[in-house]
Formats: sequence, C-alpha cells, structure tokens
Amino acid sequence: MVKLEVKNVKFRYTSVPILRDVCIELAESEMLGVVGPNGSGKSTLLRCIDRILTPQEGCILLDGQDIKEMHLMDLAKKMAYIPQSTTQVFPASVFDTVLMGRRPHIGWRSSEEDIEKVLETLKLLNLEDLAMSDIKSLSGGQQQKIFIACALAQEPKILLLDEPTSSLDIRHQLEVLDIIKNSVVEKGISAIIAIHDLNLAARYTDRIIMMNGGHIYAAGVPSSVLTPENINHAYGVEVDVINHNGKLYVLPIRPVAKM
Amino acid sequence: MPELKINGTEKSAEIKAEYKKFIGRKIMFIFATTILVIIIAGIAATLGPHQISITEVYSIVWYGIPKILQNLDFILTHSFKDFSLTYFTKEESIIWFLRLPPIVMAILAGIGLGIAGTTMQGVVRNPLASPYTLGISSAAGFGAALAIILGAGLATGQNIIIAVNAFFFALCSSFIIYGISRYKGVSPETMILAGIALMYLFSAMTGVLQYFGEEKAVAEVVYWMFGSLARASWDKLFVMFIVLIICIPLIMLKSWDLNALSAGDERAKSLGVNVDRTRVVCFMLASLVTAGVICFTGTIGFIGLVAPHMCRMIIGGDNRYLIPASGLFGAIVLLSASILARPPIAPSFIPVGLVTAFLGVPMFLYLILRRRKEFW
Repeated sequence: MVKLEVKNVKFRYTSVPILRDVCIELAESEMLGVVGPNGSGKSTLLRCIDRILTPQEGCILLDGQDIKEMHLMDLAKKMAYIPQSTTQVFPASVFDTVLMGRRPHIGWRSSEEDIEKVLETLKLLNLEDLAMSDIKSLSGGQQQKIFIACALAQEPKILLLDEPTSSLDIRHQLEVLDIIKNSVVEKGISAIIAIHDLNLAARYTDRIIMMNGGHIYAAGVPSSVLTPENINHAYGVEVDVINHNGKLYVLPIRPVAKM
Repeated sequence: MPELKINGTEKSAEIKAEYKKFIGRKIMFIFATTILVIIIAGIAATLGPHQISITEVYSIVWYGIPKILQNLDFILTHSFKDFSLTYFTKEESIIWFLRLPPIVMAILAGIGLGIAGTTMQGVVRNPLASPYTLGISSAAGFGAALAIILGAGLATGQNIIIAVNAFFFALCSSFIIYGISRYKGVSPETMILAGIALMYLFSAMTGVLQYFGEEKAVAEVVYWMFGSLARASWDKLFVMFIVLIICIPLIMLKSWDLNALSAGDERAKSLGVNVDRTRVVCFMLASLVTAGVICFTGTIGFIGLVAPHMCRMIIGGDNRYLIPASGLFGAIVLLSASILARPPIAPSFIPVGLVTAFLGVPMFLYLILRRRKEFW
C-alpha cells in the first residue's frame, strides 16, 4: 500500500496563487472526491500531486518520500493521472492505447506479460469488442473508458482523475465511476477524483474535500461536507440536501450571493 | 455467470491472435517496402545510354562490394575514380561510378526525410508538420545562397562549401528554436511559431542576396533549392550515411515516448515520460537528419510530409513501426521520382525535387479519396 500526504502545498502560475496551503492525507483504498467551483484549484491540485506541475512551496510525500526526488518512471508506476480531456492526435488501436499504459514497466519491446495485462484490463472493463477499433472512431464515453483502461494497465497504486464524467451521458457516467469504484475495492488502490457533479460525488466517494479559492474549505464524509451552508458558501447556490433511499442528493434551487 | 467467463477467455485469445496478426501485417509492410526499394533501385540502375540488364546490375553490385572492400586502401590513398578505372570493367565502372551514387542518394535522402517528417509530426503533435515546418529548409537555402552568390562561407573548396554552409545554417535555425523553447517552454505552439518566424527571416535574407546577386549565381541558387540528386558522389554519401546511422537508431529508441506524446503532454508525463527532453532530443535529431540530407540534395519537398501520412493510413500510428516504414516509403517515392526525372529525350535530369510532388500528389489524393475514416 501507498500512503500519500500533501503538505502545505502552495502553487501559483503568475502572482495570483491557485493553491494556498493545501494539506491532504489519503487513506488506503479510499475514494476521495475533490469538489469546488470552477477555478477553485481542483485540477491544479491533481497536477501537482502527479508532478506535472511543481508547487512553489510545500511537498507531496509518497510513502514518506518527496515525489520531487523520485524518478519519473518510478512515480508513473505508483500514480496515474487522467486529464479532463485527452485528445489523441494520431490514429491508434484501442489495444495499443491500453498497452501504452505499460510504458513505465517496459523497455522498447512489449513482453507477453504486458499483452496479458492489456487483455485482462480490456476484459475487466468490458471493452473486448472494441480492442482493434481505432480510438478516434469511438464515442466520448467509450474513449474515456479506454483512457481509464490505459491508466489501470499502468497498475498504479493511486488513480488521479480530473472530471472523468464531465462529457458523458448518464449511463456512461455511472459505468465509468463503477469501474473506478470496483478497481478501488478489488485492487486495493486509492483514487482522487475531481468532480463537478455533487450527487455523483456523494454517491461514489468515501470522503470529500471541498475547495474554494485555493483553500480546502471543508473535508470529511460526504454528508458532513455537502451541507446547504457549505455549498452556499463555496458556490453561491441555495440548495436542498435530501436523503432518498439512504443516498444523499443535492437539489439546486437558485444562485444567491455567497455567504 | 460461468458461461460468460468461458467466452471471456476465448475472446481474449481471439483478440491476442488478432493483435499478433496486426503486428505481423506491419512487419510485412516494412519487409515489402524494403524489397520494393531494392527492385526500384535495380530498375533505376538499368536506365541510361549504355544497356545493362537488371540481373547484370544486381550481380555487378553483389560482386563489386568484396572487390571494393579488398582494395579499400587503394581507394583511400588514390580515389574512387582511379580505383574504378584500374579494377573495374566498363560496365562495373558505369554502375558503380555513374549510376549508383544518385540512386543511393535517393534511398538515403528518402529514408532521412521520411523519418525526420514522422519525428517532427510526433514532436509538435501535428500531422501537418514536415521536416521543413520549423524553418530548416529556408535556413539551409540561405546558407547555400550565401556560398553560391558571395562565394564566401565557412569552408573552402567550391562544391563542399555549399553543403557545409547549408548544413551549418540549417542547424543554426534549429538551435535558435531550441534556445527560444528553452526560454519560453518547450510547447509545440512555441516551436511552430518560432519556426515560421525563422522561415520568413531566412527567406528574406536569401531574397536580399538574390536581389544583389549575379544572374548566373541566382539561377544556381534557384536550381539548388529545387533539390536534385545530380550532385551525388560517394564521399558525400558517406557523410550522409554516417549522420543517418547515428541519428535514426536514437530516434527509434524514442518511439514509445513519441507514442505517449500523441495522447497529450499531461498524460505522457503521467506515464513517466520526460516530455520536454523527449521533444527537444527528437527535434534536434530530426533536424540533424534533415540538415545532413538537404545540405547535399537541396530542399526536396513533399516526402517528409507525405511519407508518414501514407504509412499511417496503411499501418497505423505506432511509431515503433511507423518510423522505419515511412523512411522506406520515402525512399520508394524518391527513387520513383528520380526515374521519372530522366526524360527519354532531354540530355539532362529534371531536378528530382520538382518531380516528387507530381508523383506524390496523385498517390496521396488516391489514399485520401479511398479512405473513409478520419485521418488524424
């Protein structure tokens, strides 16, 4: 198991800070949701965690080791990040795209074991029928599943997903999050998901952090974070939070001045 | 559901078999293009005023190689010309001394430009890129023009001076782009914009030279820029070969990283790829290959843009196979163009750079029309 700690991370592109003093600890086999309005720093946080961006202050520790000192390939064996929108420029078969996830584990040639891993992943995600299709000919939902398959083939200990469901229909949203949830449960990995849909966040995550203006505004189990007061404060929206069949739902009413 | 499980394993085996077949097809394509290069090269060597059949061509080449290797010290102390006069029959001299150099140059230049094009497209993540996208051709052209018009340059010796100058200025432009992207961040946008700026700068400087140059020299500059194989000789080919044999394996080692770039910088980084370094290294290697080719041939257009495309349409985008395939395909296009560039009546060659487009465009359009899927 891998333990991730984000300690006092501060990040800015220009003079305006995007992240101010963010601290997170990720538990084992945990699905952590990151919610917050646009521009609150969700994506930047994920990018800092996977060392795509380097924070100006603070550090990110993986099993007590600062990721800045880790070799890129070693980091890639432990964490996989899936950006919000991935645009494949050149044609590639689904199989090759998923095989790409083995990159941190292989040299120039792919081994038999890597091919087996790809087959396993395709089966797990029910993508076998698409294996030889060109990824560019598939729908957004199918593509997103394939990028997740690629990340799973990478065999990371932590999955970082930026808005994995933002452009998907309601069925694909549930399928994709089910896949992630199942992987977390079965493989014992952890996931950090930046997500806009508060209902999906409430339904799938074990814990939620709510960001606002680069700060962590609230953190805890979904029912403690997704309260009308918090949502009003962070988003400036008046909501009702209701309980239906044991699940929590956020019903928006109207935008209001932030409290 | 146990039934599903059984189907699942069968399905996996099926996919695996299909994937292996897919790989097999790519290897077959590379093999077939190699054979085709040898055949077209053989046909090209039969063309000329003196009749030599294609079987004779192959046997002359086959038996010539040990002859040359045995007398390597003689060639090095004297010259290849003396060697062929002393040791070769008339036919052997014609093949080895007159016909092979432009043919080998077509092969090497085709391979170099095809591979440089594939690499450049991967580096800037743009299928419209070519070896010349980042201004290298106009820089080389300026170097050549400087040598031809002013007769001045960084080396002495009339013929070599042009090549050395072209090579030097081509790499100059690459280093400027490298410097700019180091300062501003190695993004495709920075590189392309800097490349376009440099292209205009060098074209303008060439224009100034041409404006003040003598008519004869200006004509020579124009001729140089068309691209031609007529200046081929074994010593030039040796230099070109050395550049390619060093750079191409290094580019191929980066195939996986170039594949990863295709999914976007962030995803590539998350896969453990050092994106900036990959981009810079591949760009510099592709520039070196391009400079090493065009300093001897002039700017032969079209191949570097189109060979990668055509191969991508046929074998897909995996750079592990695409890089060698587009090199060989480039060689085929350039060899074929060099055959078409010798009209039966006219005494001299048409510059091959003019023919590549006439030959390549119909091929390219055919593939575009035949294909229904998206191209990139």
